[in-house]
Amino acid sequence: MKGNEAIAEAAIQAGCRHYFGYPITPQTEIAAYMAKRMPKIGGTFLQAESEIAAINMVYGVASAGKRVMTSSSSPGISLKSEGLSYLAGADLPALVVNAQRGGPGLGGIQPSQSDYFQATRGGGHGDYHMIVLAPSSVQEMAQLTIKGFELADEYRMTSMILADGTIGQMMEPVSFDFDIKEAPAKPWATTGTKMAREHNVINSLYLNPELLEKTNIERYKKYEIIAEKEALAEEYLTEDADIIIAAFGIAARVSRNAVNEARANGIKAGLIRPITLWPFPEKVFAKAAEHAKQIISVELSMGQMIEDVRLATQCRIPVSLCYRVGGMIPTPDQVYQAIVEASEKGGK
Amino acid sequence: MIVFEKPKSLTDVPLHYCPGCTHGIVHRLVAEAIDELGIEGKTVGIAPVGCSVMAYDYFSCDMIEAAHGRAPAVATGVKRSDPDNLIVFTYQGDGDLASIGTAETVHAAARNENITVIFINNAIYGMTGGQMAPTSLPGQVTQTSPYGRDVKACGYPVKICEMLSELEGPEYLERVTVNNVANVRKAKKAIKKAFQNQIDGKGFSLVEVISSCPTNWGMTPKEALKWIDDNMIPYYPLGVYKDRSAGILGGKKED
Repeated sequence: MKGNEAIAEAAIQAGCRHYFGYPITPQTEIAAYMAKRMPKIGGTFLQAESEIAAINMVYGVASAGKRVMTSSSSPGISLKSEGLSYLAGADLPALVVNAQRGGPGLGGIQPSQSDYFQATRGGGHGDYHMIVLAPSSVQEMAQLTIKGFELADEYRMTSMILADGTIGQMMEPVSFDFDIKEAPAKPWATTGTKMAREHNVINSLYLNPELLEKTNIERYKKYEIIAEKEALAEEYLTEDADIIIAAFGIAARVSRNAVNEARANGIKAGLIRPITLWPFPEKVFAKAAEHAKQIISVELSMGQMIEDVRLATQCRIPVSLCYRVGGMIPTPDQVYQAIVEASEKGGK
Repeated sequence: MIVFEKPKSLTDVPLHYCPGCTHGIVHRLVAEAIDELGIEGKTVGIAPVGCSVMAYDYFSCDMIEAAHGRAPAVATGVKRSDPDNLIVFTYQGDGDLASIGTAETVHAAARNENITVIFINNAIYGMTGGQMAPTSLPGQVTQTSPYGRDVKACGYPVKICEMLSELEGPEYLERVTVNNVANVRKAKKAIKKAFQNQIDGKGFSLVEVISSCPTNWGMTPKEALKWIDDNMIPYYPLGVYKDRSAGILGGKKED
């Protein structure tokens, strides 16, 4: 199964019955899968007139309390960013997939990780975050989609799957043997009062600045809890590592090979693969900085996650960048050479 | 004896609208329609960005505040979440519906989305202080057309009912006004029909209400109502532009 199809099937299994999208490469398989499946299971697939309309349809279904998703790729996510801000402002749960491609502008259609800032900082206007999940296998595309829905409902916020063209197109076996948490009761949803309660209002407008300040502070308290409880990373051979690679998604798969190569050549290398990009697994990096000599951030961007690595390690050890951009992917050899270079310098 | 009563579908929150503004009348007509059809408990309203941004405080049914122009897309999502049990309406001004939200409006109509749209056309951006609207008349003086709307530079007003009536999709399009008692009665009938159509599953029903904005038109309320007769209605003729069930198939105005 392709990575993109794994996302779509996992969403259906998570109880998502509403999908809204607009065609853009390289995530089209998600829409195609939904278009085929949704009508057969009483769900809604709707090709919206624009990404903006699609995210606002998501806003409507989320307001009504149902699990809902949209998917797009970088330029389309920029268009959806207005809606992402409103979803955050109204505390609505939703799942958004970004199969990243190269930018800025129209960029290209090949894989990229250059929307890291946009995703982890919120994307739209205002103080807010999304939960950002970074799969690095087809199995994880499915698993994190389900987790994304669960976290979105638990914390009443948007979860974003920050994937890329490679994992979306990659074919791997997937097991759908998941224990899925049902959506919780949503007494705040606009499902009609049935004349049995006061009206519910879904809103992000606060003309009273004191109230807006209070609301934002409350939301950030929630973010603190999420940062404490939900940060997730996979560590590979980090315990005794001198050189640690920081990489997510497709870059982590490449880097794992490079780490194996380094170990085979007697260099103590390891890998930290953030699975949640927001919240960033700061503690894992802080701990690694206690014994490692250097961290290399391997990215398909001009260096975005590297800033979070530096913040998490408080610059206690050098952090360097190994990258390709524009739709290019670093080779295991390029990463291995970076490890060798760092090792020779002794982390200086 | 007739006793004046506030519709149950309006809350007790005092309206913030300016003296002479017709939003209050239209809110009331929408609420009366909801009351008379007995649908308050299953109705979800979508408020716009504009003067009626706080409509969510005024209607006692469930309400959602949408981003500027996006109400028809939000309404589409809400309606599709539970099409058999929910009644969904949007309440939008001319900047919201006919400028920034044109695409959402046209495509909701093209899909014959089973929703009700109340469109307030007062030819100006009220909330931001009187800028030129997509529906401002040629020559109309506003803050951003201080020498009058110059159609050579700014183009012509958008006639929503005429434009949408060319589409196969929508069920019902009518333009009304509320500048005198007789017109208020007609507007009420149209709004109620636009909700009844949704109950009957007929599809996209839009009522355009030619409205006044004395504050930003720089007129007294009375002058503003007269200005509707003298200037707005000649440019925006009242009437049914489409009513598929009644055999009015659009493309041409019918009285």
